[in-house]
Amino acid sequence: MNDVTRQFRDFFTSLTLTVVLLVLGLVLVFAATLDQVNLGIWAVQEKYFRSFFVLARFGNFPVPVFPGGYFIGGLLLVNLVASHVYRFKGNLRQLGIQLAHAGLILLLIGELLTGILQDDFSMRLTQEEPRNYSESFRENELAIVDTTDSKHDDVVAIPESIAAGGETIQHPKLPFRVITRLYYPNSLIRNREAGTPAAPATIKATKGIGQNVDLTPLPITYKQDERNLPGAFVELVGSEGTIGTWMLSADPRMPPQRFDYAGRSYHISLRFTRAYKDYTLTLLKFSHDKYSGTEIPKNFSSRIRLQTPRGADDREVLIYMNNPLRYAGYTFYQASFEPGNDKVTILQVVRNPSWLIPYIACSLMTLGLLWQFTIHLLGFIAKRRSIAPAAA
Amino acid sequence: MKKAAPSLVLILVLAWVASTLRAPRNPAAFDVQGLGRLPVLVNGRLKPLDTVARSSLLQLQGRQAVTTPDGRRLQPVEWLLDVAFRPAKADAYQHFEIVNPDVLAVFNLRTSEGQGEKRFSLRQLEPKIAELQRQAKLADQVESAVRTPFQRGVLQIYGNLVHYQRLRHAFVSPGRSDYLGELLQFQDQVKAGTEAVRAKQAGQPHDEAAAKAMTDIGERFVVMAESTNFLVVPPNSGNPDLTAWKSAGAALLDTFRAGTVNPAALAYAGFAHAWDGEKPERFNKLVELFRADLAKRFDAELRKCDLETRFNAAQPFYTSSVLYALAFFVALFSWLVWPSLLGRSAFWITAVAWTVATAGILCRMWLEGRPPVTNLYSSALFVGWGAVGLCLVLEAVYRNAIGSVAAGAIGFSTLVIAHHLSLSGDTMEMMRAVLDSNFWLATHVVVITAGYSATFLAGFLGIIFVVRGLFSRGLDRPTADALTRMTYGITCFALLFNFVGTILGGIWADQSWGRFWGWDPKENGALIIVLWNAIMLHARWGGIVRQRGFMALAIGGNIVTSWSWFGTNMLGVGLHSYGFTDAAFVALSSFVASQLALIALANVPLKFWRSGPAGA
Repeated sequence: MNDVTRQFRDFFTSLTLTVVLLVLGLVLVFAATLDQVNLGIWAVQEKYFRSFFVLARFGNFPVPVFPGGYFIGGLLLVNLVASHVYRFKGNLRQLGIQLAHAGLILLLIGELLTGILQDDFSMRLTQEEPRNYSESFRENELAIVDTTDSKHDDVVAIPESIAAGGETIQHPKLPFRVITRLYYPNSLIRNREAGTPAAPATIKATKGIGQNVDLTPLPITYKQDERNLPGAFVELVGSEGTIGTWMLSADPRMPPQRFDYAGRSYHISLRFTRAYKDYTLTLLKFSHDKYSGTEIPKNFSSRIRLQTPRGADDREVLIYMNNPLRYAGYTFYQASFEPGNDKVTILQVVRNPSWLIPYIACSLMTLGLLWQFTIHLLGFIAKRRSIAPAAA
Repeated sequence: MKKAAPSLVLILVLAWVASTLRAPRNPAAFDVQGLGRLPVLVNGRLKPLDTVARSSLLQLQGRQAVTTPDGRRLQPVEWLLDVAFRPAKADAYQHFEIVNPDVLAVFNLRTSEGQGEKRFSLRQLEPKIAELQRQAKLADQVESAVRTPFQRGVLQIYGNLVHYQRLRHAFVSPGRSDYLGELLQFQDQVKAGTEAVRAKQAGQPHDEAAAKAMTDIGERFVVMAESTNFLVVPPNSGNPDLTAWKSAGAALLDTFRAGTVNPAALAYAGFAHAWDGEKPERFNKLVELFRADLAKRFDAELRKCDLETRFNAAQPFYTSSVLYALAFFVALFSWLVWPSLLGRSAFWITAVAWTVATAGILCRMWLEGRPPVTNLYSSALFVGWGAVGLCLVLEAVYRNAIGSVAAGAIGFSTLVIAHHLSLSGDTMEMMRAVLDSNFWLATHVVVITAGYSATFLAGFLGIIFVVRGLFSRGLDRPTADALTRMTYGITCFALLFNFVGTILGGIWADQSWGRFWGWDPKENGALIIVLWNAIMLHARWGGIVRQRGFMALAIGGNIVTSWSWFGTNMLGVGLHSYGFTDAAFVALSSFVASQLALIALANVPLKFWRSGPAGA
């Protein structure tokens, strides 16, 4: 082995590197926790943990100021695997350390996979209304739905990131082009009182609800219990020129707007990004108990009917705190409710294909630590036993 | 003699503990203790009036003792009886604590006018209530995290006045000279009176006086019902829902429908009459009858209330904290004189204190029907309990009084922390839906709290190492080595428990919400402790730190753990400029500063250490 390889080996297997990485990790987690006050939990995860470097903006330039979660986690992984391989000896005294570290390697890989694969959605169910999709917590889409066929909807969904770009969008399924004239990442809609003139906006809606509604921009919110409601003015242009400009908002109070073009009917809306499922859930009954004489919630539960179209599944399930429904790779849990409205329940829907990894990893680590510390303890007791008679 | 001394200490301590367990006596002819054991439903929990009185006093003035203007000391239940049944007297009691000088200025009061320079009576506050209401309205519009100390003080005294109003309206309509007589008369006239009101509404001929009497008394009941959240009237005997308690006002309003006055509401009027009219025999007879009636359906609850009242009177955590303090000093002195005698005495005092705390925790568990840790208050109890338990093991093995010193200090300080946390009201609150899982409370929460205990203990051993080494000649080589071994062992224990506890939390999250880890502040706090323990052990194994460095790192564990325990709950408060003056934030910051100072002391060059290079 030449010098350079040896230096490499020594660097990547050194305990000093481990300690340095652990300290960096600790600082990262601490800073991220403090920054949650400003950024909210989601933005913090992207900025600190799901990144190679934590970037700070100086003017318009992002400058890396600290290693991110992928950087520290990745190096720690290399450090662990290298030490594991290099120091591995198949004896029982070392078994605990080996197990604990093997578990840790698995845990890091699991967290990486979770970061890549996990999806979070929300599902708002109204009593007796079947629903076959969940909605994103943060992302929105511009949806144009061909509703000509009463049995079947043809949906074109344009992700917010593309719709917001302002470029002309041409989709093979649509006989017109879509141009976003104005876009607000967060906004507020307000009914215009009869008689008052439209706000002096540069762009006006020529069709639909927007002719009677004002749209005003709001600063982007990072609060965990609020979401941004983007608003936009979108113009559709057909082969013979403009069809019209619509005001759209992701605010759920604004319904999809209907129009006809070239003998077909369409709905246009800006909405929370949907993930369609091949089964439907229907809320049968939402229950919410409080402790007698207080506003402290005692429990929430939702009785729900689960149906697949061909009838393979058609049953009732009960979702309540600490007792979610697991179905088709998704976990549905009771997340929230609308105060004062017991006809609505709000479920959170999570997909995490790598959910089993932490269980295995943690079992390995716990066993390893128990093994190691038990050996220590037994050694210590034996040593004291041998000292005690000598002292007596 | 020397051999017998620790046994003598043990007997003395046990005798003192036994003396605190005696049943409390009635101060006079009134069976106020019997009344204090009667249950009422407040904030979703059925609890004895004794607890209501004590937690109300803690909330209003931070202590349970009340002295009347004529110098009498009142038991908490006596105080409650005066507030509810003799409002004219109670309004002169100085039981509203105000410490913020700006809030005092709202009332145009000076500290010299208050009892103990900080406690004031309703009489003193009354003239400026309107101004207080205006200030409270202003402060209420400000988001809680960014309120100034003045605004928080205003809202606190406002909330306390509301609480006082609730107590006054809980049992009877306050300020009536013959309330019982009114109710009895109402009982007789309710049928005819209701008829008269109906006739009046229908525009038919009616007895105007009877109708007016009904609407007047009805309005008073509405005021009572709307002014309180204390549910003091048990459900009717036919009602299968045993949690359907009512306020006295609501129960009295039912009279218009039922035709008869609710017996429990009438009984409370009877208590008022007997208490205000100085008729102890009647009072005592009524307590007996009321209890006998309740016992038909609430026998188990009554027994719980009896135990809770005894528990309140015995104050096991107070006893325990006194003993911890004693153990600390005895153990400390054992390093100077009579090491064996004082050391063993300290061990036994600690053991008794720990047993008392154990009994207290078990008692709370039985009352609540829950695992030991359910809120911040009980976590403070449990952190202390766990750490002292470990200390007892250390002391049994090493017999060098280090375990007792650590036990005394940690046990005492965690109980002081718990006391301060108890000032916000009842410490046995109902669990919110999301936390309502005894299995996870028993596993995840208990294990992680034990992990906190161990990390704090390791940190305290580090402090002993630094202070003894730097300021005394007591840290010889064997002691230094023993301390290091102890700290090392406890750190291994801490890593295991913190890790397993954190993982169990992840499993709970996955079971309930389908995700293992969410990077929320509390989870991150736990992770930071695990990382810190791992850093300590790896730095030691890698030879990056030696004895002294390892001890300094252990002290750092105190910072990390206190942040995870309390700091994560202050996020959003602590970071905001106004939040810096929050009392809890100040306490946490000073603790962190003191630990940083100790770490700095650990790094003082060895030539300045009085114990010399033993700590190298």
